[in-house]
Amino acid sequence: MERDPAAGEDPAPPDRRPQGRRGRRRRRRESRTRTVRSNLQPPPPASAHEEGAAQGARRRRRWWWWRPGRGGAQHLADNRLKTTKYTLLSFVPKNLFEQFHRLANVYFVLIALLNFVPAVNAFQPGLALAPVLFILAVTAFKDLWEDYSRHRSDQEINHLGCLVFSREEKQYVNRFWREIRVGDFVRLRCNEIIPADVLLLSSSNPDGLCHIETANLDGETNLKRRQVVRGFSELVSEFDPLTFTSVIECERPNNDLSRFRGCITHENGKKAGLHKENLLLRGCTVRNTEAVVGIVIYAGHETKALLNSSGPRYKRSMLERQMNCDVLWCVLLLVCTCLFSAVGHGVWVRRYQEKKALFDVPEADGGSLSPVTAAVYSFLTMIIVLQVLIPVSLYVSIEIVKVCQVYFINQDVDLYDEETDSQLQCRALNITEDLGQIRYIFSDKTGTLTENRMVFRRCTVSGMEYSHDANAQRLARYQEADSDSEEPVPRGGSLSQRGSIGSHQSVRLVHRTQSTRSHRRTGSRAEARRASMLSKHTAFSSPMETDITPDPKLLEKVSECDRCLAVARHQQHPPAHLSPELSDVFDFFIALTICNTVVVTAPDQPRQKVRVRFEQLKSPVKTLEGLLRRLSPSRLTGCGSAASLFPAKSSSKSGSSFLPVLSADSALLGLEEKLSQPAQAQAVASEGCGEDGWASQPCAPEGCAPDPCALERAPPPPPPKDPELRYEAESPDEAALVYAARAYNCALVQRLQDRVAVQLPHLGRLTFPLLHTLGFDSTRKRMSVVVRHPLTQEIQVYTKGADSVVMDLLLPCSPDDARGRHQKKIRSKTQNYLNLYAVEGLRTLCIAKRVLSKEEYACWLQSHLEAESAVDNREELLSQSAIRLETNLHLLGATGVEDRLQDGVPETIAKLRQAGLQIWVLTGDKQETAVNIAHACKLLDQDEEVITLNADSQEACAALLDQCLAYVQARTPPGAPEKTPAGGAGGRFYPLLRLPPEAAAPRPCLSLVIDGRSLAYALEKSLEDKFLFLAKQCRSVLCCRSTPLQKSMVVKLVRSKLKAMTLAIGDGANDVSMIQVADVGVGISGQEGMQAVMASDFAVPRFRYLERLLIVHGHWCYSRLANMVLYFFYKNTMFVGLLFWFQFFCGFSASAMIDQWYLIFFNLLFSSLPQLVTGVLDKDVPAEALLAQPQLYRSGQNMEEYRPRTFWWNMADAAFQSLVCFFIPYLAYYDSDADVFTWGTPITAIALLTFLLHLGIETKTWTWLNWTACGFSALLFFTVAFVYNSSCATCYPPSNPYWTMQTLTGDPLFYLTCLIAPITALLPRLFFKALQGSLFPTQLQRARQLAKRSSPRKPRAPRDPRGPLPGAPSPDTSEPSCPGASAPASQDDASPGSWPPGAPEASEEPSPVDVSVDVSVPLREASGRRAPGRPSGPRAAVPERRSGDSRAKPARSGRTASLSSVFSLPHFGSPGWISSLSLVGGLGGVWQLSRSSLHGDKREAEFLPGPPPPRDGDLCGLGQRAADYF
Amino acid sequence: MAMSYNSKDEVDGGPPCAPGGAAKNRRPDNTAFKQQRLPAWQPILTAGTVLPTFFIIGLIFIPIGIGIFVTSNNIREIEIDYTGIDPSSPCNKCLSRNVTPCICTINFTLEQSFEGNVFMYYGLSNFYQNHRRYVKSRDDSQLNGDPTALLNPSKECEPYRRNEDKPIAPCGAIANSMFNDTLELFLVVNGSFSTAIPLKKKGIAWWTDKNVKFRNPPGEGPLQERFKDTTKPVNWVKPVYLLDSDQDNNGFINEDFIVWMRTAALPTFRKLYRIIERKSDLHPTLPAGDYFLNIKYNYPVHSFDGRKRMILSTISWMGGKNPFLGIAYITTGSISFLLGVVLLVINHKYRNSSNTADITI
Repeated sequence: MERDPAAGEDPAPPDRRPQGRRGRRRRRRESRTRTVRSNLQPPPPASAHEEGAAQGARRRRRWWWWRPGRGGAQHLADNRLKTTKYTLLSFVPKNLFEQFHRLANVYFVLIALLNFVPAVNAFQPGLALAPVLFILAVTAFKDLWEDYSRHRSDQEINHLGCLVFSREEKQYVNRFWREIRVGDFVRLRCNEIIPADVLLLSSSNPDGLCHIETANLDGETNLKRRQVVRGFSELVSEFDPLTFTSVIECERPNNDLSRFRGCITHENGKKAGLHKENLLLRGCTVRNTEAVVGIVIYAGHETKALLNSSGPRYKRSMLERQMNCDVLWCVLLLVCTCLFSAVGHGVWVRRYQEKKALFDVPEADGGSLSPVTAAVYSFLTMIIVLQVLIPVSLYVSIEIVKVCQVYFINQDVDLYDEETDSQLQCRALNITEDLGQIRYIFSDKTGTLTENRMVFRRCTVSGMEYSHDANAQRLARYQEADSDSEEPVPRGGSLSQRGSIGSHQSVRLVHRTQSTRSHRRTGSRAEARRASMLSKHTAFSSPMETDITPDPKLLEKVSECDRCLAVARHQQHPPAHLSPELSDVFDFFIALTICNTVVVTAPDQPRQKVRVRFEQLKSPVKTLEGLLRRLSPSRLTGCGSAASLFPAKSSSKSGSSFLPVLSADSALLGLEEKLSQPAQAQAVASEGCGEDGWASQPCAPEGCAPDPCALERAPPPPPPKDPELRYEAESPDEAALVYAARAYNCALVQRLQDRVAVQLPHLGRLTFPLLHTLGFDSTRKRMSVVVRHPLTQEIQVYTKGADSVVMDLLLPCSPDDARGRHQKKIRSKTQNYLNLYAVEGLRTLCIAKRVLSKEEYACWLQSHLEAESAVDNREELLSQSAIRLETNLHLLGATGVEDRLQDGVPETIAKLRQAGLQIWVLTGDKQETAVNIAHACKLLDQDEEVITLNADSQEACAALLDQCLAYVQARTPPGAPEKTPAGGAGGRFYPLLRLPPEAAAPRPCLSLVIDGRSLAYALEKSLEDKFLFLAKQCRSVLCCRSTPLQKSMVVKLVRSKLKAMTLAIGDGANDVSMIQVADVGVGISGQEGMQAVMASDFAVPRFRYLERLLIVHGHWCYSRLANMVLYFFYKNTMFVGLLFWFQFFCGFSASAMIDQWYLIFFNLLFSSLPQLVTGVLDKDVPAEALLAQPQLYRSGQNMEEYRPRTFWWNMADAAFQSLVCFFIPYLAYYDSDADVFTWGTPITAIALLTFLLHLGIETKTWTWLNWTACGFSALLFFTVAFVYNSSCATCYPPSNPYWTMQTLTGDPLFYLTCLIAPITALLPRLFFKALQGSLFPTQLQRARQLAKRSSPRKPRAPRDPRGPLPGAPSPDTSEPSCPGASAPASQDDASPGSWPPGAPEASEEPSPVDVSVDVSVPLREASGRRAPGRPSGPRAAVPERRSGDSRAKPARSGRTASLSSVFSLPHFGSPGWISSLSLVGGLGGVWQLSRSSLHGDKREAEFLPGPPPPRDGDLCGLGQRAADYF
Repeated sequence: MAMSYNSKDEVDGGPPCAPGGAAKNRRPDNTAFKQQRLPAWQPILTAGTVLPTFFIIGLIFIPIGIGIFVTSNNIREIEIDYTGIDPSSPCNKCLSRNVTPCICTINFTLEQSFEGNVFMYYGLSNFYQNHRRYVKSRDDSQLNGDPTALLNPSKECEPYRRNEDKPIAPCGAIANSMFNDTLELFLVVNGSFSTAIPLKKKGIAWWTDKNVKFRNPPGEGPLQERFKDTTKPVNWVKPVYLLDSDQDNNGFINEDFIVWMRTAALPTFRKLYRIIERKSDLHPTLPAGDYFLNIKYNYPVHSFDGRKRMILSTISWMGGKNPFLGIAYITTGSISFLLGVVLLVINHKYRNSSNTADITI
């Protein structure tokens, strides 16, 4: 079983020795295991080895590699970290090689090399190489610098110290990290960083535990528990590495952080499985453990941490792709001009050659070139001369600009999160401008939209709902905590105080709190929460989460149970006399408290004392053999053999109550104890109490006297007593439940490997021997603990999990007896409440328990132990084992935990949507929860029609899609919508309410809700187009219950089919695939670890920062880069134009009037800086204006700044400008005595001035940097010209511009041409810009004007009353954001009066947008206009599918006549949650096409069985209840 | 993790710091630069904001243009084409190569007297002195008097580098094709009697050319000695050290030669040939009257459809006669003014429909 399969089955496995001859190497690499043994041991004698003598040769090889420094070192990486790419020697060739991957570099080098061919050279060859070399050098320098900093950090890490056992000195000595090798023993002390992947062999912790913090790896700050390898945990004396002779077989190095498998073979041939609990990962920190010793398994680059690391991502942005396309155009242009020139030269040569022209220079040999040859040469030379048309420096400049942009994004204070002390991280450097072009946002829900910070809201226990009004009020206070004038919040107050608050509450209050709560979600809560959150100190433990005000009734019941049990226990009565309800209540809270993996940490927890206890309790030395024998599966022969286990065990176990061994051990132990001496639990409890003095009192028999006054008299409950007791949970909802239980005085005070202790006021400290913990996994969707109840001594399974799962696992209740009926009733009630919770957007969990008989347990235990010790597919076996246990459950109750929305999510979503972004939420949550959260965060609007796609089969999905499409298409053309319902005929949909005729005109936006199963169907090849088309019509799409794979498939689909820019944002590992697929991946560096961040391009601390990141920075980056790229093209074209026109006057001889130095360095030096500055700093619209008018973002989406059209206009302008700049000097110097350079230098100067002025026209903001850069540029040119023209008279052959510039400065003509040419060249551009700015201003220009006008005053100045900005204010604002809505949408404003704002919602609830933090002008106006109209227009038509219909015909969803009719909705028997949904959702239009929500009994045969049919009665009741709320 | 997995992380235990955020508190500095809030001038290009620019350009350019135009018009210039294409031309006979030396005389009349210094140019048309290979065909080191370059000229001079195993001095196609017509100007006084106009042949080249860039080979002896072991360019009649009798104007520093070596920018060009200095304030340099030009016709341009001209011109502060620049300024100024008016109208109309126009720069 434990044998490595490769070793066991394959007689000559290539696995173990991945070394030796080269030929085998590859094969060996593929092998699946690696073997590790101690470095301290001499090579094992052949006989001792399991593999036998036949494999001696192999063993000898093995001997080689475990000697460090020998041949094996090549294969087993040592711990030296080397992330550098280059060495000193390899730098130049390797870097060059990498740089030549960029085609442009190759091009330029080729061109430069062409210069070395004498026949075609245009420049001095050396000079021609200069720019290419310069650019290569800049890049190389950058790479070198990066590599050097990597090297330095590598060195730093490599030279960290660590205690390694030295064979020579027989003790641990300090070594550098880099010296650690596989097989070394390292000793790590508390707070040390783990240097390599280490198998834990010994821990100072008595239980063989070690806590590590994996923040470096995944960002999770909670402590993870690691266990000493089985077999080493019980060693008495300190672990001695010299005696370690076992052989470890484990997987090849891989990057799966969550998996590790292997087995350890001891010298005696015994084996033990290894799993990830035994592995300490490199980069983690040892916490809460004094010292640990382990053997290094993977070192250096083979550690999981390093294998997980991937370099920064290189993506190519859309702009860059477009730019590359235009570069190709430039290439074409270049070829054309060169061809033209070549032909011209051929003609010219033919014309003058035979004429013996004096200026015709024959070849060196006196002969002359044929025109064709001359043309070919000319062609090549022209390419050299005109090479600047392909912008050499463009790529470098873009990179520089992007680096600066990233810097500025990083530096933005507004993207800095105070709470987490983190700012936005740009992990991808080269897609900043993509942020400005996003069209689709795919968002995760939990942790992204919500805090992933759970607050216990309410619960139901055995069919009774406890609404926790006081708690709701408390939360409401937190929401209002903005102003301190409020009365103090009853946080964690004394019991009596809480009681007095709670006892006078009546159920009636529910209405109020309900309604207030739902309103709070939208607006003002955001600020309040921020205030309250600032006070939080640890993860999952802000006062809001920890101080739960208990429901008085429930508290009463809990303490009653407590009292009764205490009395019973005191009187040695069996505790059976509790009423079922009370017992359920008690079990419910016990389950809340212990059914989790929450670790209790008290900062001052004395480790030393524990150690003492450890010494005392230590059982007699048990040999490894004994232990292994006990564990060996061969001893467990079958279910029936359970009894036989115990004698064998008791011999070795007697008297030791705490054995720090694995759960399997303790499980056995527990059984044994239970059988032998049932009362021992008491001892257990008292022993536990003895450690912490304060709790001992209740355990003393006299102290536990049943005192009715105990409630008042007893020492205060735990929370005030030990305020420093903190819970560290792996997931926030666990913590929330534990805190909730603590509020009911049922406090978790200790969790060790084998027991949990719960503190109760009367019972005192109850210690539950923890037999098993079956951890949560996403497929089971539940977790369980198996404990032995200290009072009843029963073995109990507490299960906590998703309601959908747990409800199916309940013990089927017989309807015959009363008890069964009662149970059934409880269940249906609980289901009701669960639905209600879901409707409120709470996360629901069911709590159940199961009592196991001894036999059942023993039987299960055996199989479980087998599973646990399995090496192969251990996980699978374990989960099967868990499933076997978690059946026939008894339902205790359910909890509702609120996952609170993050700050500013609704506002952000509203803004993003205004910005024209379509937001899709892809969540794994259930549909109801998701829909409600969507409503809460304004993803679904009140007045939206919601299309719900729930299909059970492919065909159903197809049919539904067709219907939806038909409906959508019908509503799109204006005027058409009326026809469809009628034309669709059949009238299968019965509109619930007759629609008022005028309601047809304004079409609300569509939203799509689809569940995971339907999504799977919809993503099929045959349906994806339809699905996509439908989704495109919808303003928002909500995919529930979707798997990570589906998430990424959806993103991929949209990206590939719609060719739109996509952004995926998420925080958890389940979002990674989606993040990777999207064009831009954004990770939320939240509480769920860093996987998402690692995969992302940008990491933001919170969702709301997305707004600024996209709307401000994205827009800026895009607009800056787009303008810069355009400018680059312009500049190069214009410059090349000058040279090209000259060809007409020099016989197309590829001559240049511009000196070669200017020609080569013009782009690089003279004209580069200003555009860089502008590219980095220019702000077309200030940030405030962009935020105030998110619709400005559309310019980026539509690529308004950089379109093919703009490109070509730009090129045309460049051509025109070059004409002007060429012919003005031409005519001015026509027939003069100017020589080539005396004429060419002014042209160069003119070109430079034109560029600067052109840039001036394009620059929107002139900071002193812009001025400086322009001035510097001009100054640099003239300085260089002066210096160059005076430096030497004979250098720089062939052309010699000696003293030209100096002469020119004395020539008025020079100044005159330099004045007129640039201005004439730019007049048209300026004129058209001005015209366009006045007559057809773009939105951006208007926003800029507006911002500018208002900037001297306040940023939000009153809007111009006469000239509404197009798109900015209401009518068109809402319209384009709703893809499905056509023109009539603008009529919204025309008919506000038809719905008087008398509806309760409208009067009670402030307009959603008005509450928002942002008070931008247009928004306010838009919302103001909408406010009276929209919410009061209840269009809650819930078209119902008549039962038995296969083809649904869409009803015209629209308005209901009045609110009262809405209230009657539930009576229509429509699916309950939907109607309540529509109520909660503010009476929005819900268009329901759900198959699963049809009446279950009328389900059609053609549809395959779907999810469990809703319980009709329940739903009705629920609907009723929902209606009651209003 | 690669990026983030550096020592800092392992030590601090935090996510990678952004540049500049090394401190514990990673809050970025709230400086104007880092927050991109540098004070900035934000021009907005609309009709209203731009029209002043147009008017200003117009108002500045038109006067300048008029000034230049007037100046240019005040320049006296006469141009005489002596190529001899026209059969009636006296130089027509020289088109055939066999008449050597060919001397022709062209009469012309100055209607107005030329005041001040008069510059005498020769002008060539359709002569591609800016051809790439032509421009390169020279050796500046040789011309600078470098003895090694003198005997071993640059390869750029090919095929005019060596002749009969001797290095050519000056080498190259430019030198080889040097203009070698001789022009003399005579004023006809009283019908038949004529006086030669004194033509100054020094001072026509740039001072730096003559004194820095061009130098004869070093040595004390006569020029012929210094140029020994070299041979004359193929097309030349006499070697370079016999270009002039004046020692200061001979060899490489012969100003005619220097002027020729400054290759013209465009195929139609003129080069300064002589200067006629004003003798006294009382008499015009060239009084109105009849003149004749005596041409020693050597330079063949007819074969490639070239033209040869002799130009007499006075100069102004802005150089020779060139009406274009004045016209260009006036035109641009007017257009600019006109566009300004258009913008004004638009601005006016637009202002009525919306008042964004009150935004000024």
